[in-house]
Amino acid sequence: MIGIFASLVDGVLIGSVYGLAAMGLTLIWGVMDVVNLTHGSVIVAGMFALYLLTSAFGISPYLALLPIFIAGFLFGIALYWIAVHRMIGRPPLMILLSTFSVNLVLVGIGTALWGTVLFNVPVTLPGLNVERYTFPGTHILAAVLTAVMAICLYLFLYRTRLGKALRAVASNREAAELSGIPTTRMLSVSFGLGVALAGVSGMLIATLFPFTVLAGDAYQLKSFVVVVLGGLGNPAGALVGGIALGLIEGLAAPFMPVSWTLIIEFALFVVVLIMFPRGIFAFRRS
Amino acid sequence: MTPLLELVDLTKSFGGVKAVSGLSFAVNEREILGLIGPNGAGKSTVFNLISGVFRPDRGRVRFRGIDITNQPPYRVARHGLARAHQIVQPLPLMSVLENCMVGACFGQENLSLARAREAARESAVFVGLEERLATPAAQLTIAGKKRLELARALAAGPVLMLLDEVLAGLNPTEVERMTDVIRRIRGRGIAILIIEHLMQAIMGLSDRIVVLNAGQKLAEGVPEAVANDPAVIVAYLGDPAAAEALHREART
Amino acid sequence: MTMLRRPFFWIIALVIAAFVVAPVVENDVSMRESLLLAAVYITLASNLNLMLGYAGYINFGSIVFFGLGGYVCVYLINTQAWPLALAAPAAGISVSLIAFVFGLGILRLRGAYFALATIGVNEGVQAFVQNFSPWGGASGLYLPVSIFQPLGGPMRALWIVYFLLVGVMGLSLYLSYAIKVSKFGLGLAAIGQNEDAAAVLGVPTPRYKALAYSVSAFLPAISGGLYFFKSAFIQPTDAFDLGLSTEAMVIVMLGGQGTITGAAIGAYLYEELRGWLLTSDTFANFQLVVSGALLLIIVLFVPGGLMGWIHGRWPRLKRVFE
Repeated sequence: MIGIFASLVDGVLIGSVYGLAAMGLTLIWGVMDVVNLTHGSVIVAGMFALYLLTSAFGISPYLALLPIFIAGFLFGIALYWIAVHRMIGRPPLMILLSTFSVNLVLVGIGTALWGTVLFNVPVTLPGLNVERYTFPGTHILAAVLTAVMAICLYLFLYRTRLGKALRAVASNREAAELSGIPTTRMLSVSFGLGVALAGVSGMLIATLFPFTVLAGDAYQLKSFVVVVLGGLGNPAGALVGGIALGLIEGLAAPFMPVSWTLIIEFALFVVVLIMFPRGIFAFRRS
Repeated sequence: MTPLLELVDLTKSFGGVKAVSGLSFAVNEREILGLIGPNGAGKSTVFNLISGVFRPDRGRVRFRGIDITNQPPYRVARHGLARAHQIVQPLPLMSVLENCMVGACFGQENLSLARAREAARESAVFVGLEERLATPAAQLTIAGKKRLELARALAAGPVLMLLDEVLAGLNPTEVERMTDVIRRIRGRGIAILIIEHLMQAIMGLSDRIVVLNAGQKLAEGVPEAVANDPAVIVAYLGDPAAAEALHREART
Repeated sequence: MTMLRRPFFWIIALVIAAFVVAPVVENDVSMRESLLLAAVYITLASNLNLMLGYAGYINFGSIVFFGLGGYVCVYLINTQAWPLALAAPAAGISVSLIAFVFGLGILRLRGAYFALATIGVNEGVQAFVQNFSPWGGASGLYLPVSIFQPLGGPMRALWIVYFLLVGVMGLSLYLSYAIKVSKFGLGLAAIGQNEDAAAVLGVPTPRYKALAYSVSAFLPAISGGLYFFKSAFIQPTDAFDLGLSTEAMVIVMLGGQGTITGAAIGAYLYEELRGWLLTSDTFANFQLVVSGALLLIIVLFVPGGLMGWIHGRWPRLKRVFE
């Protein structure tokens, strides 16, 4: 039997994965002021990558994490050079359109290859039984892996030279350029990292729920809500925001038909942005 | 005589740092008031507070007797206040003429398109851009863009112009031409509040000077008095080049 | 009026005349149907241009005006027995008003956030309609054939609606032209170039943006009303199909954002491309991919679109083909 308490805890577990996805989005936003509209497609790509690796190659699901991360990173760098590099410095309208158009291409390829059918990656893990409640093992492991990756990201950003360089570019690109940091390389690395995080979050989500090629929109929207809740450019805030969103979804689920969840999230997104233009806990202070 | 622009106890903080603190001064009609101070003294913030880009935490801004304190920038412009930015903000793909037309259409004069075209042409010629009327603003040189800032502000037919470091980055000849334009603008009866680092230029142009340091008013008075004020000289010690220029001005 | 002296005025008139005359002279119903679709695309594109090309705001969910206009018009005719002549304009006016109110809210957001919020508006309206039984809910509304009686029967009604849609297309072209050469248009262009600088120059940015958003809703709403009346059937997934607004965006960018000729030429080129794609075996599934790739190429290499390129090479033509 699932009570409110279990619902909330489950919300926290799932929400952390939303936070992971949003971290990728907010990192790119923070470092280069670009809203990555391919975010949803990359999440879906992560889902399908897991599907392919487990069904075609029979690899155990969680071992796919590192390969997907690496592939996502390389794909992100490629995306940067194809669609984003030329657009830096151009009106923001144009960057939006360029990532949007890549998204169209990706979704188009996806539907051509896999149609709009529902896919599932069966993952069997023992759950955790606490009193009357059962918490699915997949949810717990997803949250644990998210926490591990969040810690790795933190260590990377604050304890490595490359991470510090990224943060320097995020706070003031010109000053970073003047102090000798190769900004273009930093931009491509951050884009790669953001896409990698999105891809891995897709992989984890695939262990939790079934999915279709068109699922990207919904998860992209959730990522946007999390980003504005947690603060634009603030990865830690993204994790917190993700958990918050998970909690909200957990609380609202028994009271509301599923089709309205997205609408509520959109409304939340718009209202929060109107009241807090830089997100609730903004990182950049420009 | 009521002053044209009055700042009363203006205060603004950004995340715990007081950019402007308890600032009060006034600009009279037809006068040129110079606003100087070391880097980071808060001068551009003052402009942003006056033109409505920022809202002050405390204090009031009065323009032509009207309290414009929390009004948005486009309302402030309608009252007859025009601004030339430190970091130039051209409307890049629009021509010089079109840029000025925007000023003429939406400034205090609120002209129709046809009359705005005339006013725009007139302002562009006034600052010396007559050769470049059809050039897209993005293609102008830095000096040209600075002159466009002035022309655009002028086309609005303002009563007060805020000039933010319009001489920065110009060579001596350009500085002289610009200074001449500024004098002629005043000659038309327009008051000017000017921020400048070129000490000789601003001392020469201004009727009065206000010195800002760390967001507070340090001194106020005619150029000679301010240049000889020891407190002002001390404030500039962190900025040796400016201090030297100040010193030169004090001697003359 | 000075507009009558401008050559472009007459070029638009020529295009409208071609739309009117060609299918009548040929007495070709399938030509009429494909021209009808083109007229709808041109209407959507030229009104989208007001936000996208002039003010620089991307409206991903612009189809919401078309769909909502369709629903209002169909509802008024079907349930309230209004004649088409009243229902269609009513659809236009009511959707514009709703757009103005929504616009005041979401236009406080800039760039990407506004763009995403427009999707939200579309999805929100769609979800609402899907749950609103007076409007048929998720299954939609069917119109009985009797609605065509006041117009002289189905055959005649289809021709009348076609001419009306061409009229709306013509109005859209004239409207975007009139705005472009007006003070309002200058203000919008300034906002599109540098919104903060425009505000300091005195352009009343919130009011202008809301007005542009609401004006850009009017004719698409009427067009939607006419279109779904003719189809005698409307359902949420058709009415609020985001794919259509995406196509309108590709058309605007392909033809040249900010230009009026661009909307027309873009629609024509896109229609041709789409037709070719649908008939070719290899590419039928790849329509989305091709649209996306096309948009990417335009944005990366030819951001001014076709008309932008033409204006760059032959600046004299700017006066004639706006």
